[in-house]
Amino acid sequence: MNAIADFFHIGGYGFYVWGSYGVTALFIAIEIYLVVRAKHTVTKRLARLSRLNNKVS
Amino acid sequence: MGFKNSIIWMYFSSPRNFYPLAGKLIPWFAGLAAIFAIVGLYISFFVAPPVLSDQKEYYVIIFIHVAAAWMSMFIYVVMSVYAFIGLVWNIKMSEMMATALAPTGAMFTFLALWTGALWGRPSWGTYWVWDARLTSELILLFLYIGFMSLQSAIDDPRRAARASGLLAIVGVINIPIIYFSVRWWNTLHQGFSVTPTQTKQLVDPAIFWGMIIVALACWMYTIAVVLARVRTEILERERQTSWVQGLVGGQK
Repeated sequence: MNAIADFFHIGGYGFYVWGSYGVTALFIAIEIYLVVRAKHTVTKRLARLSRLNNKVS
Repeated sequence: MGFKNSIIWMYFSSPRNFYPLAGKLIPWFAGLAAIFAIVGLYISFFVAPPVLSDQKEYYVIIFIHVAAAWMSMFIYVVMSVYAFIGLVWNIKMSEMMATALAPTGAMFTFLALWTGALWGRPSWGTYWVWDARLTSELILLFLYIGFMSLQSAIDDPRRAARASGLLAIVGVINIPIIYFSVRWWNTLHQGFSVTPTQTKQLVDPAIFWGMIIVALACWMYTIAVVLARVRTEILERERQTSWVQGLVGGQK
């Protein structure tokens, strides 16, 4: 019938299968976001500190 | 290991030298992760048979479940080796690698439990059972969480690395327990399905290669994300050094 709908239906087990793959994809996306954000935050904070030090000295 | 190799190892055990190397390696491992993920998922959903003997369509969870479970154990072993090297030879870069590995290891451990629960429900009729394999995997999650909490609880990074490193090393005992749990105890969890000698007779080659390639995707992803995380860790811990000062000072 509808091949795409059948694919997502997975014989009636869509909830379990997409629940597994979906949460995995979500966690990976969140982890990448957190790692990129942490790099950004730390770089900005250290740059501010270094500017502050330069002013003081 | 030859003399030349040991020089290379010593060179990159310095955070200052490892930082740019890690930066160069990340896009390669991220690219490999994406390629393996596409190929592995294509095999999983379109090439592998839709049902596996008594297992109906839900068995397709096997690909991500097995990969996550392998990674959860493998990352733990690598993490404790780094912790051990850091503890014994006092190598800072090694401590930082252990720190950077823990969150990704914890993530894969959670995903192994999560996908296992979603597989267990249609297959066994329950999301969870206090069975040896499942319980030891849950203990692995607690070990990762303990490792990370111990680090955030201690302010001095060297002391934090020593305390958490000791925990990581002692916790390694759990890895063979997880691995052999299906053989040592009567469990609901199925036994070994992939062993070096029996694989060919036991599983369809498409299923076997699907598992291997999805696992490789997770492995490459882990390397990329851990290298990215360790770079931030290097900046934090080396912030007093002139090279980090020069690096961040140059950026607005």
